[in-house]
Amino acid sequence: MDQPSHFKLKNNYPAGGVREIPISGYDDFYSFVTDGLKDEARHCLAYYGIKTQDSLKLYCFLADDPSGNIEVAAYETGTLNPVLRSAADLFPQLSVFEREINENFGVVFEGHPWMKGVRFPHNRRDKSKTMENYPFYGIESEELHEVGVGPVHAGVIEPGHFRFICNGEKVLHLEIQLGYQHRGTEDLFLSKNTPLQRCILAESIAGDTAVGHSLAHTQLIESLTGLEPGEALQIERCVALEMERIAVHIGDTAALCGDVAYQLGQVVCEAIRTRVINTTQLWCGNRFGKGLIRSGGSNFPLSEETAAEIIKMTDFVDRQFSGITECIYSSPSVLARFEDIGTVTGTQARQIGAVGIAARTCGMARDVRKTHPFQYFRNFAVNPAILETGDVLARGMIRKLEVRESLRIIRELLEVWAGKDKDTGKPDYSYKLKPGAFSVSVVEGWRGEIVHSCETDAKGNLVHYKVKDPSVHNWMALALAVRSQEISDFPVCNKSFNLSYCGHDL
Amino acid sequence: MPGVILIFISALFFPGIILRTKSIASGRKGPGIFQPLKDIAVLLRKGSVFSGTTGIIFQIAPVIALSTLVCASLLLPFANQRSLISFGGDFIFFAYLIGLGKFFSIIAALDTGSSFEGMGANREAFFSMLIEPAFFILMATFAMFTGHTSFSGIFNHFFLTGNDYVLIFSIIGIFLFTQIAMVENSRVPVDDPRTHLELTMIHEVMILDNSGFDKALIHITSYLKFAVYGSLMYNIIVPSGWNIFLHVILFLAVQLLFAVAIGLLESFRARNKMNKNPKYLLTISAIAWISFVIVLILTNKLTV
Repeated sequence: MDQPSHFKLKNNYPAGGVREIPISGYDDFYSFVTDGLKDEARHCLAYYGIKTQDSLKLYCFLADDPSGNIEVAAYETGTLNPVLRSAADLFPQLSVFEREINENFGVVFEGHPWMKGVRFPHNRRDKSKTMENYPFYGIESEELHEVGVGPVHAGVIEPGHFRFICNGEKVLHLEIQLGYQHRGTEDLFLSKNTPLQRCILAESIAGDTAVGHSLAHTQLIESLTGLEPGEALQIERCVALEMERIAVHIGDTAALCGDVAYQLGQVVCEAIRTRVINTTQLWCGNRFGKGLIRSGGSNFPLSEETAAEIIKMTDFVDRQFSGITECIYSSPSVLARFEDIGTVTGTQARQIGAVGIAARTCGMARDVRKTHPFQYFRNFAVNPAILETGDVLARGMIRKLEVRESLRIIRELLEVWAGKDKDTGKPDYSYKLKPGAFSVSVVEGWRGEIVHSCETDAKGNLVHYKVKDPSVHNWMALALAVRSQEISDFPVCNKSFNLSYCGHDL
Repeated sequence: MPGVILIFISALFFPGIILRTKSIASGRKGPGIFQPLKDIAVLLRKGSVFSGTTGIIFQIAPVIALSTLVCASLLLPFANQRSLISFGGDFIFFAYLIGLGKFFSIIAALDTGSSFEGMGANREAFFSMLIEPAFFILMATFAMFTGHTSFSGIFNHFFLTGNDYVLIFSIIGIFLFTQIAMVENSRVPVDDPRTHLELTMIHEVMILDNSGFDKALIHITSYLKFAVYGSLMYNIIVPSGWNIFLHVILFLAVQLLFAVAIGLLESFRARNKMNKNPKYLLTISAIAWISFVIVLILTNKLTV
């Protein structure tokens, strides 16, 4: 081939021009995807379509972990009703992307194993497909019974329907049906076109990942405008991201203990988490870090006093959290509930393209902070914890290990920060986006990699904005984890992943 | 009669004390001791809502469950007084009165036609069946030990047999009654009354459809059940011949300790995995069997 089949770029580097992405025939596009994914070090970051006048452009982004490159290829259908060969039968991780393209644009993927709706958006192609008439997967049998949970749940959680097929107490199959929220987030990014509106929108994609998503958005904007954050600002963003990770991981440990009725672990972890999010509040006025990350600058530059408070917080968490996790993970009654429950095998995790903690508990070293570094992580080595067993215990333990690593990162980053020029500047809300450009931004949120990507037209207006929350892949891991488990262990499996409903129902 | 009144009084405070113990153990302020009573007062003032799929069974089940338990409490003696109703083998009547109440709550749960409640009913029936031998074997042990077959007979003579090993049976009895009470009342480790997760519930999921007045009755039933088991335990701790006023004080003290013990047990352990429960319940029955064999040896009915 004379012409390369794809374009390479790095995470969070200046945006590329849309024209630089070579447009290939479907065969080349197909083999770019399938050949690329044969190497297990690659996985699909995003795969989506953009509608033009009378055609459809498909983009596929693959992340190559060893080189830190992101490879992009494009294919133009030339018609609005294309019939294409599916790659999801070979690589199940592509399934959800093909389903989404099918739902939005009606592209037929021949050979796709299970073409069902993803989130039933208002602007879907086939309006006759609704949640009400969706045919659930069923098995005809006298012995089996179905248990449907949700979309309205006990407790304060988001809507989602879980359909179990059980043999007595044993789960044979779980189908997870999401898409009750119809928020139209990606379209809002195009219609709400003042920079501040977009920042606030990004923070609200998933309330528990406010820092992660707003950082992904901010990076994207900065790469499209050429704004370069100073080193102090980069460090502050990394610290905020790690504080979010610590808070959520501790909160999840509390919830895991709550699910198995271990009161001691629950209340102690809840108290520790409060200390962490209160420190975030001290910093920026919001416990979840809303308003903290803005493009080009910061409304809440880190002061010496706040930094000292953060260091104090890390000492407190280090002491208390290692004490209570010692207690939790040595209590026989708790271990009996966590060990060998909800196991996802390494093979399964690789096939479905698991990301974040779901991947790292199955022996996959998939951490964007290390493989596709962003912000100050480009100059700072992160040592992600990797566990092998893939069960609830592993997903509990990795939270303990990651909290410890994040505490180290915060302490060392703040030491570096002390010696930097601290003029972070005010946020820039008057930016102009580069015309005819595209960019992709990847951030390791506490749940896993968050991908934002967008494209601008010749005038520099956004024509397409795409968000991928890590939950999109990992919901499948949950469905696999509960197979052959007892139905009463579903809640603790679910909590061990703690996936986002709204991150999926964009 | 004073025994029944005391059972009712202690039932009033039982859930509050468990709650207080758990909040103190977890370092929280927690609700006051009277909060469960206030909740019941609120529920009693409310009307019930019945689902269209349910029938008459669903409506009468809470009343039956409560009335069987009130009847059962009449069988229990206090101090050296005979209980209001007493006859040979009345502990079997006692067990099946409670069983009848449980039977009705199980078929009421099935009556709702909900997949959750069917699941809960199925678990409740299974686990109750497994814990039943423990109660019978334990009572048989006591009957063999004292030579009487009614609650009044057994408990009035428990400390009068002149047998030096009475304390061992007292301790085994306390242990087993605590375990049986925890299972019967759906507490940790077999069930978790605090959970909001329908899929893991046993008892709680069966009463999801009950509301208002009926729900209040169900709560009262479970509080009363604690006090009834507390009363059983009291009878094998305190010799029946002591002064009646001392008895009143000791009765309340034993109930208080029982509630605190349950609160503490629940604070520091996780609940069992569902498929470990049968093993756990059979172990309790096995311990009852061991005590039964010991009593056979002690009374020279079995020679080794």
